Amino acid sequence: MAQTVFAPWDDPQAKPLIQFKNVTKRFGDFVAIENLTQDIYEREFFALLGPSGCGKTTLMRMLAGFERASEGQILIAGQDMAAVPPNKRAVNMMFQSYALFPHLSIWENIAFGLKREGKPKDEIAARVDEMLRLTRLEKFAKRKPHQISGGQRQRVALARSLAKAPKLLLLDEPLGALDKKLRQDTQFELMDIQEKTGTTFVIVTHDQEEAMTVSSRVAVMDEGRIIQVATPAQIYEAPNSVYVADFIGEVNIIGAVATREGESYRIDWAEGQPPFTAKTATGFADGQRCHLAIRPEKVAISEERPTDAANAVEGQIIDIAYLGNISTYYVKLANGQMIKAQTANTRRLSRRSFTWEDRVWLSWTETAAIMLET
Amino acid sequence: MRRFILIAVPYIWLVVLFLVPFLIVLKISLSDAAISIPPYTPQMGLSAGWAGFKAFVSELDFENYIFLSEDALYWKAYLSSLQIALISTVLTLLVGYPIAYGMAQAPDEWRATLLLLVILPFWTSFLIRVYAWIGILSNEGFLNQFLLWTGIISTPLMILNTDTAVYIGIVYTYLPFMVLPIYAALEKMDGSLLEAAEDLGCSRTSAFWLVTIPLSKAGIIAGCFLVFIPALGEFVIPSLLGGSDTLMIGKVLWEEFFSNRDWPVASAVAVILLLILILPIVLFQRNQQKQREMEQ
Repeated sequence: MAQTVFAPWDDPQAKPLIQFKNVTKRFGDFVAIENLTQDIYEREFFALLGPSGCGKTTLMRMLAGFERASEGQILIAGQDMAAVPPNKRAVNMMFQSYALFPHLSIWENIAFGLKREGKPKDEIAARVDEMLRLTRLEKFAKRKPHQISGGQRQRVALARSLAKAPKLLLLDEPLGALDKKLRQDTQFELMDIQEKTGTTFVIVTHDQEEAMTVSSRVAVMDEGRIIQVATPAQIYEAPNSVYVADFIGEVNIIGAVATREGESYRIDWAEGQPPFTAKTATGFADGQRCHLAIRPEKVAISEERPTDAANAVEGQIIDIAYLGNISTYYVKLANGQMIKAQTANTRRLSRRSFTWEDRVWLSWTETAAIMLET
Repeated sequence: MRRFILIAVPYIWLVVLFLVPFLIVLKISLSDAAISIPPYTPQMGLSAGWAGFKAFVSELDFENYIFLSEDALYWKAYLSSLQIALISTVLTLLVGYPIAYGMAQAPDEWRATLLLLVILPFWTSFLIRVYAWIGILSNEGFLNQFLLWTGIISTPLMILNTDTAVYIGIVYTYLPFMVLPIYAALEKMDGSLLEAAEDLGCSRTSAFWLVTIPLSKAGIIAGCFLVFIPALGEFVIPSLLGGSDTLMIGKVLWEEFFSNRDWPVASAVAVILLLILILPIVLFQRNQQKQREMEQ
C-alpha cells in the first residue's frame, strides 16, 4: 500500500501554521533568541532540541504568549500574535511541572479551560469525559492531583491542555519527571494522541532520544539559533555541522584535509598514515580543512585487515563498554586518535572475540563517513 | 515506657498549667463574693475531711451565671466584643493580604528583609507600642497635626477614645499574625499555576480569584483565627485607646476583678469567654490539620 509521506515543509504550496519572522528576544543584555526564522506546519510534531539555555523554552513561551519578541514577528495561522495575550490564543501548553491546580479534582482540572469559555454544562461534561477516556483516567476523575502517581498527573496535564481542542499544543519537557520505562510508553501514547486529535504539537526537550522518537521534524538549537531543522533520520544521517552530529547520538570526529580525487575525496587525517576516502554531495576545495564524522555503529571491527573495505585502519582496544545489547570498543589509532566502534552482541559474552589490548582493524565504507565544514 | 514519658510530658504540662488553673477559676465562679481574703466563700479546706468537702460542694451554685444572663451589660459586652473582633479581623485581612501578596511577589533577595520588617515591631514591648498610638491619635497627636498642617481638616479629628482607635490598635497589633500565615501559603505557590490558568483562558484578575485565593485559603483561615481569638478577649487596646463607651468583655472582666473585687462574677465572665472561644479554636485546629494532610 502506497502511503503519501507527511512532509508539508517540502511542499511550496503548504501554508505554515506558525511563522517566526526574524524573531529576536533579549533579556537585558542577554540574547535568548537571535534573528530566528522558522515555519512550522499544521499536524506537525515539531521538536525543539538543545542544551539548557539554548533558547528553546523561550521560543515556546513566546508561542504561548508569556514572553514577547523584542524584534520580529510571530504569526499563528497568518495572524500576528504580538498583541494577543495568552488567554486569547488558541494555543495551550503542557507545563514541565504539569501545573495542575492542587485544590481542584482531576475532573475540575480538565474542565477548567472549558468553563472559562462559558460553554453549557452538559457540553463541558461530555468533553471532559471524552478527555478522560482518551488519557485512560476515568477511574481517577474525583481524585485530587496529590492522590495520583506521576505518570497519571502527566496524563491529566495532557488532557487538560487538549480539552479546549487547541490549534497548537506546546509541551515543555513533558516527560522529564518520568522514569525511563514510563517515558518510553508515554512517548508512544503522545504520538498516538497527536495522530488521533490532529493537533499540531511543539515539544521542547533536551533528550535527543525523545525528540527522535516522537517528532516529525527536529530543530537542533544552540545559543538562540536553530542550527539544523530536519526529520530525525536526516538529522542523524546527514547532520550539517559537527555540533549537530555531536549532539545527536554518538559520533567520531576526525579533523582532516580534503582533496578531490575523481568521484570522491582523499582525506588526509594524520601524517604518515594512509588517507581515507569519503563521498559527499557538498563541494570541498582542494586542501580545505574538514571534519569527518563517523557513527560508531558504522565502523566494523575485525581481526584481519578486510580486503574489500574502502577505509581501514589499525588500532588497539583501550576500553570496552558493555551495554547489554551492544558493546562499544574504544580503539586508539597510531597517532593517538580515539575511535568508537559499536557492534551488536549477537553472541554470548563468554564467546566475544575481542578483549582489552587486542590489536584490531577498523573499517567503514566510502559513504559511511560524513564530511563537515564546521 | 519511653514513649509513655514522651507523651506524658505535654499532657502533664497541660494539666498543671491549663486544666488546674481553669478548674480553680471554675470553682471560684461557682462561689459567692465575700469581704475576706481571698474575697469569696466557700473556701475549700481539707481539714474537715470528706464531710467538709461535701459541705463545700453543697454551697457552690450557678448564681453568678444566672446574674450574668440577667444583666444586659454582660450580654452587650460579649456581643460588642464579638462585633469588634469580627470587624477588626476583616480589616486586618484587607490590610494584611496585599502586604503578604506583595512580599510573596517580591524578588527573592528582598523577602528576608520584608519578613524582618513585619516581625520587627515584636522587638518592642506591646504596651509601649499601644501607648505610642495615643501619641499619634490624640487631638494634639501627630496625625491631627499633620492633617491640620496639610489643610485637609480645620479642626482636629476625634479619633482617640473611639471604636476607630480600637480598630486601628487591633489591626496594627495583630497584623503580623495575619501576614505571616498568608505569606507562607502564597510563597510556596507554584508560579506556573497562574500561567496555566492564563493559558486556559483566565484573565489576570480571574486567575487571582480562581487560583491564588483558593490556594491561600488555609493561610487566610489561620490568619483570621490568630487575629480573632486574641482580639475577642483583648483588654489593653480598648482600655488605652477606646472610649468609655467602648464595651469589650476583657475590660468588663478587668473591672469586675480589680474595681469591684467580685472574683466570682469575674471568673464566671472568664469561663463564658472561654466557652465562646472553644468553637473558633476547634475550627482553627481542624483547618491546620487539614492543611497538614494536604501537604503529605
